[in-house]
Amino acid sequence: MHTSQISPFLAFWRSFRLATWLGWQIESNWADPFLFTVYSLIKPISSAAILVVMYSVITRADFTAPIFPYIYLGNAFYMYVGQVMTGISWAVIDDREHYKTMKYIYTAPVHFPAYLLGRGVARFIIASISVLVTIVFGVLFLEINIEVTQVNWAFFLITLFTGVVMLALMGLTLAGVMLLLVHHMFGVGEAVAGALYLFSGAIFPLEVLPSFLRPIGFLMPITYWLELLRRLLVGDVASSFPTLQTLTNVQLYFILVVLTVFFAAFSILTFRACENRARELGLIDTVTNY
Amino acid sequence: MNLAIQTQHLSRTYKLRNAKNSRTKELVALQDVCLEVHPGELFGLLGPNGAGKTTLIKILTTLLAPTSGKALVCGYDVVKEASKIRPIINMVSGGESSGYGLLTVRENLWMFAQFYGLSSKEANRRIAELLEVVGLSDRINTKSSDLSTGLRQKMNIVRGFLTDPQVLFLDEPTLGLDVGAARDVRRFIRNWLNQHPERTILLTTHYMAEAEELCDRVAIINQGRVLACDTPASLKHKLQREAIYHLEVTSSSILYSEHFKEIQGVRKFSFRPRDGYAVLDLILDQDETLAAVVNTLTAHQVRIINLQKREPSLEEVFIDLVGKSIEEVESGRNGSGHSES
Ligand SMILES: Nc1ncnc2c1ncn2[C@@H]1O[C@H](COP(=O)(O)OP(=O)(O)OP(=O)(O)O)[C@@H](O)[C@H]1O
Ligand SMILES: [Mg+2]
Repeated sequence: MHTSQISPFLAFWRSFRLATWLGWQIESNWADPFLFTVYSLIKPISSAAILVVMYSVITRADFTAPIFPYIYLGNAFYMYVGQVMTGISWAVIDDREHYKTMKYIYTAPVHFPAYLLGRGVARFIIASISVLVTIVFGVLFLEINIEVTQVNWAFFLITLFTGVVMLALMGLTLAGVMLLLVHHMFGVGEAVAGALYLFSGAIFPLEVLPSFLRPIGFLMPITYWLELLRRLLVGDVASSFPTLQTLTNVQLYFILVVLTVFFAAFSILTFRACENRARELGLIDTVTNY
Repeated sequence: MNLAIQTQHLSRTYKLRNAKNSRTKELVALQDVCLEVHPGELFGLLGPNGAGKTTLIKILTTLLAPTSGKALVCGYDVVKEASKIRPIINMVSGGESSGYGLLTVRENLWMFAQFYGLSSKEANRRIAELLEVVGLSDRINTKSSDLSTGLRQKMNIVRGFLTDPQVLFLDEPTLGLDVGAARDVRRFIRNWLNQHPERTILLTTHYMAEAEELCDRVAIINQGRVLACDTPASLKHKLQREAIYHLEVTSSSILYSEHFKEIQGVRKFSFRPRDGYAVLDLILDQDETLAAVVNTLTAHQVRIINLQKREPSLEEVFIDLVGKSIEEVESGRNGSGHSES
């Protein structure tokens, strides 16, 4: 008899670990390494290049202005937003419609949120490669000046990690919504990321927005996260983005953590509510035949 | 000792949205289902398409919430205690090809075993053993996307047995398999239960013979209701005193079902025209009534092609309960459902 219950922590870790393994098998299953290179290296660089061209047209190629590294790095780190949210929420559609395994996963003793979070890890790793390549490209060719010895790498990594946890929780909320969508849409994760792009201060300060839209940016943890990552890498050129100028790094981190905790509670409650609703409606294993 | 499965006045309705006028209709998929399945039983749910078999399995496996009533698996409530049920059950649905196509057969099975907390060593041992039994050993390192639908279903069946569940739910496990493979699967199911006498299997099917051959007890279900629940032998025994006949007759444009209703002593019948002939199943109070039936046939210029007296089978039990053959129920409904709005 194996009726004994395992501890919730063990269930969480087991589900997360296996889902990470599975997600990696799926994401790295590139029949063609060439496609992998295009996807994870060339695509981010070319999208950065578009940004650079637009910037140079507007500012007459003034790459030495302090605002440039801000825009460039903001855009680079923002890649995490779409990738992490998509990775987690897309697992719902993938398992339900494509592999038709959702009912077997769901009825197994799996910690369901942990499973979905794990499924997002592979995309996080691939996104990290893209972000790194983009930044290195900027350092080598676009005069982005990162003083490697000056950077507080511990603080940087902690900030990066906190932000990724925050993005993962947003992805979980989205996954809950996906459970309820019968007519699913492609690229919901990317769409949400795209919509939030403008409010996050990634490529322009919030001051540019009409005043009634600005609160969205101030409520989003992404805003503080991007600001802090950039400051930690290129030092205090914050005067170019006046938005959060008055806050110290520690204050920024504190706000990021508080908002992340708030989002964590919100997303876990939302996810569980969506899951229960999906079970009532019979949508857990529904196939929409797209 | 706890019952393996217990349902109390279990009902489930689906809300259907009408695309044209955006009004919602309610479709009753299960109604007031009360069942008790004991540990060690191989229990069959027998019913035509749309009877509610899959709906019941989904509720018992914690995939779907009931609309009203209660369902318990090993004494645990499917709604409130789902997390206690999941480690001790497993499920297999036939007629679909699920699985992670880019993983090998072994990897697919290994991953699911891991979710249930089996050690890799134990998992690999069981995988090898079970694949051997279903004759899939030589495909252990094949990507599951390269398997035929039938072989993938076998892999799926192995997945169900792999975790040695207390209660195993098999939803039409032989659907889509060829005759030989279906027979192998049935034998495997029976053997497994013989070797693990304290385990329980709930199996759905709409093949009468499968239910009759495999199941210790059978619940006959139609339109969401359980009409009878007993051992195949007792279900048939109730018909023992009646005379059961199976006829094939020439078709006629002037002979209708109504004509048989009027004959005294015809308890139940099923009259189904086929290409160029018609099939007539009769449950008569006594053999003598057959004379009246034959008279009616001759009066309508119908000739008898074939006539058999039959031992009662679940086929006739169904006709006796529903007033139609399972085949008629399935062809007459066209998937429209039995709606009540
Ligand atoms: N998700 C759903 N939404 C609406 N109606 C549904 C849904 N699932 C099932 N139904 C309806 O509920 C009824 C019972 O369906 P169910 O799948 O339980 O039948 P079944 O006995 O398994 O049939 P089959 O032999 O065809 O598998 C049917 O009328 C079906 O159309
Ligand atoms: Mg079914």
